Amino acid sequence: MQTLYQSAKYLPVGDNALLVEFGSTVSLDVNRRVHVLDHVISKAKLKGVKECVPTYRSLLIYYDPSETSYEPLIFKIKDLEAKLEGSSVFAHERVLEVPVVYGNEYGPDLGYVSRYHGLHEEEVAQLHSGRDYTVYMIGFVAGFPYLGEVAGEIATPRLKTPRLRVLAGSVGIAEKQTGIYPCESPGGWQIIGRTPLRLFDIEKRPPALILPGDTVRFRPVEKEEFENLSRDE
Amino acid sequence: MNLKLCEVAKPGFFTTVQDLGRFGFQRYGVPVSGAMDTYAFTAANLLVGNKPNDACLEITLIGPKLLFLSEAQIALTGAAFYPTVNEERVACWQTLQVHKGEALSFGSSQNGCRAYLAVRGGINVPVVLGSRSTYGRGDFGGFHGRRLNAGDLLEAHESTAPLASGFWMPTEAVPEYTGELLVEVVLGPQTDCFTERGLETFLSGVYEVTTESDRMGYRLEGAEVERKDLMDIVSDAIPVGAIQVPRNGKPIILMRDAQSTGGYPKIAVVTTPDVSRLGQVKPRDRIRFSKVSPSKAREGLLEHLKALSMLKGRLVESEL
Repeated sequence: MQTLYQSAKYLPVGDNALLVEFGSTVSLDVNRRVHVLDHVISKAKLKGVKECVPTYRSLLIYYDPSETSYEPLIFKIKDLEAKLEGSSVFAHERVLEVPVVYGNEYGPDLGYVSRYHGLHEEEVAQLHSGRDYTVYMIGFVAGFPYLGEVAGEIATPRLKTPRLRVLAGSVGIAEKQTGIYPCESPGGWQIIGRTPLRLFDIEKRPPALILPGDTVRFRPVEKEEFENLSRDE
Repeated sequence: MNLKLCEVAKPGFFTTVQDLGRFGFQRYGVPVSGAMDTYAFTAANLLVGNKPNDACLEITLIGPKLLFLSEAQIALTGAAFYPTVNEERVACWQTLQVHKGEALSFGSSQNGCRAYLAVRGGINVPVVLGSRSTYGRGDFGGFHGRRLNAGDLLEAHESTAPLASGFWMPTEAVPEYTGELLVEVVLGPQTDCFTERGLETFLSGVYEVTTESDRMGYRLEGAEVERKDLMDIVSDAIPVGAIQVPRNGKPIILMRDAQSTGGYPKIAVVTTPDVSRLGQVKPRDRIRFSKVSPSKAREGLLEHLKALSMLKGRLVESEL
């Protein structure tokens, strides 16, 4: 399946932004392009570029129209984009281990997910923690990482009715994505476990713990370790 | 140096501390937040001799009651909530001298949704991720990351000197809020998710703002916008002013506290000046959309920025 567009789409967004779209599906190839372009633009320190927001398949570039106009900016970005091939992606390539207690009050939907697939709860936990995940983007709320992809055997649709209150640290599944709620919020993902890690800290730069370019691995832990780690956080 | 400014006797409907917003952190999932009506916000600061980005109170629909603990120079702009000091009517869009022990109260607004209270020196709350704006969902920014409650004590920065004389805003620079707004939009970035008929419906319909509207977004009631299919898009970034259309065809305008990413197709994005005007729209107000070309929208933004930078020069000096 062709996932990358033949050539990236450049779309005006409102009066102060530009969207560079590389594809319309969830794909490692597409996502990689997004993050490489993001990285290259930030290194180039283009005049007037204020902020970039990388997501699954596109990069939103905000600019200050009093510092640069639209056409010259597109020209510069197309020039950078043409040289992307072969660029290294990230300055950092970290493997982050995320301790998780699966099931019970920590993962109220683990039972549903295992019944949905005709698996034991332990098997769901094993499948979930048994592979490395790519960080596609941060979004939804401050510090929420969108990770993928989970094994097909545990991919599960969202809740029919979202919960009003999902606890901070909750680890969820939505179709083939998995993610972690950094703070208490409403949410519709199937919650299978919880981590004591603090995913967002306003005192830190960057404030988000998990970033695109990281590889995330979940490590099943017992309640006791969770409580000990919680005290340290 | 900080000054005990006032005690919140009644918080009003929804009162928060805001500045012009938090920039540079959308990539980490942090919304921009900040004043919904940047024009009225900026004017309030200028009327007390502040910098345009100093923190103010944003007051929504029903005003608070504040007991002043020290002398203060303040200004109220935006929607007229019939403010009184010790039960005597005071004017909006001009500098006011308030004395220790006096109570500032508000009625409710007939026209407009939000008022701004600036105080000489600015409200003193910590700068979090580069801004003093409140982000309620993340529990940070503003006053302890939340709206004001009764009993809260607000501080102001003690500025070098109080103003010797005040200012007022000439009438022609004071906007009228009529409850009807024509909103300029740039179509896209996902116009290809909609049928021709859907786009036509969107651009010709009258939409009513529902009560499910807040700083995150405005849900609209009106003609359903037809989509080509009911497939949502793979999530991408949501700029302030984006208009997304979920499967039910009812547009939602995403405002300053909206989440940074989402998966509903976006039919259009409101221009920056009109996002600010939308800050004064309240439930049951009516909105129509009008399409502008991206280049026309950019010209409009430059004019808007120029007008804001010249606003200070339009103030008229007056005795306090």
